[in-house]
Amino acid sequence: MNKLDSRLSMAHFYIAFTAIAIGGLFGLLQTLVRSEMITLPSSLNYYQILTAHGVLMAIVFTTFFIFGFLYASVVRTTGELSCGKRRAAWIGFWMMTVGMVLGVIIIMLGEATVLYTFYAPLEAHPLFYIALALIIVGTYFGSFAIIKQYNDWRKQHKGEKSPLIVFMAVATLVLWLIATIGVVATVVLQFIPWSIGWVDEINIALSRTLFWYFGHPLVYFWLLPAYMAWYVIVPKIIGGKIFSDSLARLAFLLFILFSIPVGFHHQLLEPGISHEWKFIQVVLTFAVIIPSLMTAFALFATFEMRGRSLGGKGLFGWVKKLPWKDVRFLAPFMGMAIFIPAGAGGIINASNQMNQVVHNTIWVTGHFHLTIGATVALTFFGISYWLIPHLKGRVLTKQLNGLAIYQSVLWVVGMLIMSGAMHFSGLLGNPRRTQVTTYFDHSVATSWGAYETAMAVGGSLLFISLILYLTLMINLSFFAPKGQEEFPIGEEADESIQPPAILENWKVWIGIAFALILFAYTIPIIDIIQNAPPGSKGFKFW
Amino acid sequence: MHMHKLEKVWLIIGVVTLIAFLSTVGYQAFASGHAPPSDLTKLDPEKVHETEPFDEPGLKQIGDNEYELVMVLESFGFTPHEIEIPQGATVKFIVTSVDVVHGFEIAGTRVNMMVTPGHVNSMTYKFNEKGEYLILCNEYCGVGHHMMSASLEVK
Repeated sequence: MNKLDSRLSMAHFYIAFTAIAIGGLFGLLQTLVRSEMITLPSSLNYYQILTAHGVLMAIVFTTFFIFGFLYASVVRTTGELSCGKRRAAWIGFWMMTVGMVLGVIIIMLGEATVLYTFYAPLEAHPLFYIALALIIVGTYFGSFAIIKQYNDWRKQHKGEKSPLIVFMAVATLVLWLIATIGVVATVVLQFIPWSIGWVDEINIALSRTLFWYFGHPLVYFWLLPAYMAWYVIVPKIIGGKIFSDSLARLAFLLFILFSIPVGFHHQLLEPGISHEWKFIQVVLTFAVIIPSLMTAFALFATFEMRGRSLGGKGLFGWVKKLPWKDVRFLAPFMGMAIFIPAGAGGIINASNQMNQVVHNTIWVTGHFHLTIGATVALTFFGISYWLIPHLKGRVLTKQLNGLAIYQSVLWVVGMLIMSGAMHFSGLLGNPRRTQVTTYFDHSVATSWGAYETAMAVGGSLLFISLILYLTLMINLSFFAPKGQEEFPIGEEADESIQPPAILENWKVWIGIAFALILFAYTIPIIDIIQNAPPGSKGFKFW
Repeated sequence: MHMHKLEKVWLIIGVVTLIAFLSTVGYQAFASGHAPPSDLTKLDPEKVHETEPFDEPGLKQIGDNEYELVMVLESFGFTPHEIEIPQGATVKFIVTSVDVVHGFEIAGTRVNMMVTPGHVNSMTYKFNEKGEYLILCNEYCGVGHHMMSASLEVK
């Protein structure tokens, strides 16, 4: 890949790796504190490192990694970026980086111990909200560069279908752009004026609703780049073919439609929103199962066809033929396998009634450590093992591949132990986001101790795995043997099939997306604004 | 668009299961009265202590082994914080917050609701088993969040 665009992607990866290093350390510290193995120095507060862990892992690591990967995918399939687009991408990078550094400084100064969901009326320093806004506005510059590249490509290739991975990158960004309207609205129109003191009060229900309008599609923004790797890259790695180009495109479009008008399933237990509207959004939430089932079918069809073409016999004989000793396949595959129980957990969380047992317990923390912390993270690990050497003109040697397998398996073991303990103790009522406590020696709380120990064991294994990962990334960036590592891009099983033109008619899909959003949100939001109780002034309880 | 026959079967099974599942959830919510707590009552969060029923928080008997428990949440405590009820009692919890967002959870039961300032939330639960129940705040509310609890004894 050309030097200038490689440098752009790598800049994003360096920040992502820095974020996961610091964020991972804070994660380890939390498990050790909760299991009473250590106490934090008085200069560090548990909730402060919890805030930093959430921001660094869920916002910084993911967003930077995703943009690094999207730029590389687009350049790989449509050619280098023009100067203008590259400049936009760099402006975006610097805005995001300044936002991240500013945010972390404010958190470490103890001015924003509000957790990464920053629920009002806990009031952080205005610079914390400004930092978040900078990160998000920065992504708009990057999104512009990628979407412009796609549009230019289509103008130059009239009548051709766009490369699948570019289509998916654009779909991911369309989802992101529509989703961030909510968080930008609440941060810019509510939090910033309120924290500066221009207005005295904030509408709590509105801020929470706008946040969760963004909060749920945010998880699909993390997941869709992993799906890109599953659909387009993994088939090539195993030597197989993409099962169906058109159905893959349709699945991505359905994710745009059904991941946004659904935020109320995070607010099921809240007052001020009628349960009828909650139920409507629960129904829309579950529609997302359809593209998920399509994805599962397509991926396993690709695996089975490849395994059979290599001579796998019987119902499951093909399984043995897959390249289990190639980390580029193994890591994302383990991510997929974990996504099956993780998805089932998600169904429980979004269920109108079952949510009541698990809401805000550490079960939920266990859930998203399986989805983002295992499924997405393992896929991103798998990507970085070939993408970093590809960008740096080096190769993933056999020996490094062996260490990488060890790293990803250790990650899986650590995550299963930690997340398993979180799920089980959550069912007993153990709350999430809570410093170690016995609630004045209450017998119910003392029974959670063994699970907290298991979390610390899992957390320690994860940290060891993380150190190995970062060591490998440094090696692949600067020390591994020089050479050409492949950027694998799969081909469709039957290239002659043209996808229906409607799949690239964005006006239609964005139109339907907005229609669904307006249907699901207009009446409740008007109600939340018109029938609002007096707003809240800010509180700084830390 | 071409779709493999087995994929059609797979999706049909999925969609039918989904419809059955959502019908069950909907039936429970709308016919069996198991909708999630969604109280629409509002109040001024700065005047909680002057607003009924929060001017007199506590347990009130309203029927044969039926109670109303009015609680005020503030960082970092519940008022009242020690409650006793007889076995088999049905309790309607009525809660609000005077400051930030809190959570109201009774560990090991399905009593769980968000408590946001300016809003009243409520739900009803029947305590069939004796024991020391732990009421805790499950939404981060500040540096003393992990201290915020109350105890409920079912005798």
